Amino acid sequence: MNDLYIRLLCAAGYLVLAPFIGGLLSGLDRKLTARMQGRQGPPLLQAFYDVAKLFKKQPVVVNSVQNLLIVGFLVFVAFTGCLFFFGGDLLLIFFALSLAVIFIFMSASSANSPYSSMGAQRELVQMLAYEPMILLTAVGFYLFTGSFAVSDIIRSSTPAIAAMPGVFLGFSFILIIKFQKSPFDLSTSHHAHQEMVKGLNTEHAGNILGLIEIAHWYETVFLLCVAGLFFITSDWYSWLIALAVVLLVYVIDVLVDNTFPRVKWQTMVVMSWAVTLVLGVLNLLILSLINH
Amino acid sequence: MFFLPLIAFLIGYPFVAALILYCMKRHGRARRYFIFFSSFVVIASVVLLGVQLLTGGDVSYLPETHVLDRVILCAEIILAGVIVYFGARHRRYDVIVLSVVQTGMIAWLELTGRTEMLSVVKPHILLDKFSFVMCVVAGVVGGLICIYAVGYMKEFHERHTEFQDRRPFFFAMLFVFLGAMFGLVLSTHLLWIYFFWEITSLVSFMLIGYNKREESVKNAFRSLWMNLLGGLGFAIAIVYGVCVLHISTLQDIVACADERVIIPIALLALAALIKSAQLPFSRWLLGAMVAPTPTSALLHSATMVKAGVYLLLRLSPVLGGNLAGTMVTTIGGFTFFAASLLAISQSDGKKVLAYSTISNLGLIVACAGVGLYEAAWAGMLLLLFHAVSKSLMFLSVGAVENQIGSRNIEDMHGLIVKLPELALVMILGIAGMFLAPFGMLISKWGALMAFVDADNLLLVVLVAFGSATTMFYWTKWLGKLVAVLHHSERLPNKTKGSEWFTLCSLAVLMVALCFGLPFISKYLVGPILLGMFGYTMPDIISGFNLNIMTVMLVIIILLPFAVRFLAFGKRDKLVGSYMGGANQGDDRYFVDSFGKRKAMYLSGWYMPEFFGEHILLKPVLAIAAAALILLLTIAIGGAV
Amino acid sequence: MAKTELAKSPWLLHYDGSSCNGCDIEVLACLTPVYDVERLGVINTGNPKHADILLITGGVNSQNEPVVRQIYEQMPHPKVVCAVGICACNGGIFKECYNILGGVDKVLPVDVYVPGCAARPEAIIDGVVKALAILREKQQALGKEETAKEAASDATAAV
Repeated sequence: MNDLYIRLLCAAGYLVLAPFIGGLLSGLDRKLTARMQGRQGPPLLQAFYDVAKLFKKQPVVVNSVQNLLIVGFLVFVAFTGCLFFFGGDLLLIFFALSLAVIFIFMSASSANSPYSSMGAQRELVQMLAYEPMILLTAVGFYLFTGSFAVSDIIRSSTPAIAAMPGVFLGFSFILIIKFQKSPFDLSTSHHAHQEMVKGLNTEHAGNILGLIEIAHWYETVFLLCVAGLFFITSDWYSWLIALAVVLLVYVIDVLVDNTFPRVKWQTMVVMSWAVTLVLGVLNLLILSLINH
Repeated sequence: MFFLPLIAFLIGYPFVAALILYCMKRHGRARRYFIFFSSFVVIASVVLLGVQLLTGGDVSYLPETHVLDRVILCAEIILAGVIVYFGARHRRYDVIVLSVVQTGMIAWLELTGRTEMLSVVKPHILLDKFSFVMCVVAGVVGGLICIYAVGYMKEFHERHTEFQDRRPFFFAMLFVFLGAMFGLVLSTHLLWIYFFWEITSLVSFMLIGYNKREESVKNAFRSLWMNLLGGLGFAIAIVYGVCVLHISTLQDIVACADERVIIPIALLALAALIKSAQLPFSRWLLGAMVAPTPTSALLHSATMVKAGVYLLLRLSPVLGGNLAGTMVTTIGGFTFFAASLLAISQSDGKKVLAYSTISNLGLIVACAGVGLYEAAWAGMLLLLFHAVSKSLMFLSVGAVENQIGSRNIEDMHGLIVKLPELALVMILGIAGMFLAPFGMLISKWGALMAFVDADNLLLVVLVAFGSATTMFYWTKWLGKLVAVLHHSERLPNKTKGSEWFTLCSLAVLMVALCFGLPFISKYLVGPILLGMFGYTMPDIISGFNLNIMTVMLVIIILLPFAVRFLAFGKRDKLVGSYMGGANQGDDRYFVDSFGKRKAMYLSGWYMPEFFGEHILLKPVLAIAAAALILLLTIAIGGAV
Repeated sequence: MAKTELAKSPWLLHYDGSSCNGCDIEVLACLTPVYDVERLGVINTGNPKHADILLITGGVNSQNEPVVRQIYEQMPHPKVVCAVGICACNGGIFKECYNILGGVDKVLPVDVYVPGCAARPEAIIDGVVKALAILREKQQALGKEETAKEAASDATAAV
């Protein structure tokens, strides 16, 4: 019973704190990017100012379904994260995340707008690229700890990274797509300009865009925590290591974002499937051989 | 002996109904009501069977059936005669040879009395919970399809005056199909299963060729020769089983300790793979879509292809850990991935559905081949959910085709505005095929876990990639449906009442199955698997996770109300979409570089230059054929 | 900070009317490390639906007039129009051209004029900062209007 309360508390904590952490991370990203480009950059809290402004603007939509679908997106992204912090089943968590993405895809498609449609189709291609690796990550944790439940995985005696460095690298690679970072920011970019205006988010404006931003903060925190899961054991200090690694992963993603130009979708799919096969599958193969 | 009359009625009634329907040449109310009546009779007797079964236990009947066996033999020879007739008429001698050889083998077996010596104490009919599940699939889903067919065929012939109106024949064939399916799942004696197996092959040949066009006939013959090839495998398996191993029922095969039993198993698996349209034999099912939609729905969801996976699931306990099992899992897993990859480039709605059927059946086949409790659990649930969702999809595509005159996904752009009811049903069907809180995904999840536990990494990888490609083509379709096109008119919905009845029943059934999953798992699938594997497993998907799924389902249902209630977006201003400021009027037209008005058209991504049939089909077929021949040879050669 | 959100996150839409590209280069120069307008929270969006400030360079001609109108129409309130460069202010040296209608104010209500040929980045940034003040005013006005509307609707409901 005590355990249940702790888990509920974790989920509630995520629900409340994740937007703040995510917003700060987003601000940090912009600050770092600016510094890498030799600029001063916006204040650290810029992401919050932006969202606060978006909620003040007049709501402009292309059709009335968009509100519903975007609220669905936010709800299911937050749901995904809560389930993760509650210690739920990793596969179910990833399925819920896919459902969330499909909501935003539908909203973008419903707009019947050329840029947003293109962005939506590209979002689908991105899913095609990263989905296998995400499922294999869950399978990897299961092979290593014998359970899909996050609550069991964090109690393991050795960190998962020791047995599956390949899966970790593969997952980090996929994170570039999920964070909408260049070279894989095809569907929409968190940078201002791209060849498709704002891609997926072209027709999302005002409060809807604000909700999408908040959803992305939730998503960022959740995905980074999955990366941290590779380092967490039953020892307390592993949490600090995980935190450090997670921050490092984020900084590296920002660096990658500023280093590589956007690629075509073909390159993205081939690269991420190759990474999945080489790093992910090979690692799992070795892991299952060891298990025997 | 209370069940026997009911079983006899269940198998016999559809045949009688078919005969009556064939004689009712006049279109009109009498025939319509008779079809409704017969469908309800079939559904009601399945329900009655279920009630009886749940109160009692499994039962087997008819240890001695000399007269019936002779009748069946005669019928089989008649079937062969029909095939020879059609073969001769269309100069397709390959089907004649295939049919004559297998019927000859079976006749020899019967007439020399080899089977009777064995089957003195063997039952011919077995009713257990698995047969019942299959009866539900065939009876309820099949029955609903027959009801749908009444309205659909009327519209079909109004729209396509170029085809000869052979409706009495069509409806008769639908019911024969149902009868054959009941016979197939309720029999346990291999000769009887074989007999009904052959009926389904022949009837699907007849139904596919319904339009009598050159293409229909070609596709019908492709279906026939492939399925006869499977039938030949089946016949050899029976002859080998009877003559060498002295076994004659499905239960015997599963119980047989002889190592050589792998030979009939591999051959039966081959027959089942063909029937389930697995690669490299998938082309017959793709060709089947030339027939009117109810045929496709029946072939894809309730009958035909389900017969193949049914047989494999029956054999599942003996497929674990041997070469026949390896053959089945490899072909199944590969088909799951390859067919979903091929589906990406298709824009014809029915073709996407056909590839999706092949792909999903591949997953069920792989589940059966693993030979583990949890894999079979996933396989059975997949079978059940797939039947409902797929028939819903096929029938709604058919209804849409009757309205807008096209079944191309691109033409369904903005369907949510044009035909909102049908679009909603279709969205539900698509969601049911692959999205999180719905049944197919739960079963797929179970399958993935089973493959991990079976240490079959190849299958795990194929499922991981296959899920991604599956998501791609379904979501693309979803995006087309929800596009909201300004100023597009709502079309008058001319869908017939009988069609609506079926669509709504299936939609309700689908949601009900999702909520009822824990009960189905506990009271139906659990006992079946206990009987098959001799042990039981705790919940494969834990109750906690199922509750989470239910919460998700509830969130989705509540979402529209919550958004409305919170008055979110009440002050919204509606503007046109962004087209660089060049929209003209609304977001349907823009000003081109010559200052002219131009209509905008948005297409989904099909990427034929990467995923097209002309690129992928040949290598895929070659790989599958090579794997099948190799594994079949090793499996049989190893045992001989 | 109730009314300062807009001022802290002004998103721009840069539209090139019929300019000689001189001013456009200067607008882009504002984004470079030397001037770095992003430190003020400015983002150069390419999308009217996300923009608060419409920054137009060059005059308006008869071909792009409907486009300018439409883009302005698609921007959500509150919004500010900023004419950058002398051509945008009154047509500049192109004023007498057969196809030029004149400055942006022939078509849209312009709030800030930034003269210059080409306008210097410092001047442009100055213009944007001026626009922010107007944006804040407009938002306050909008808020009042809304409360007034609500009061009116309440009154009608009471009747």
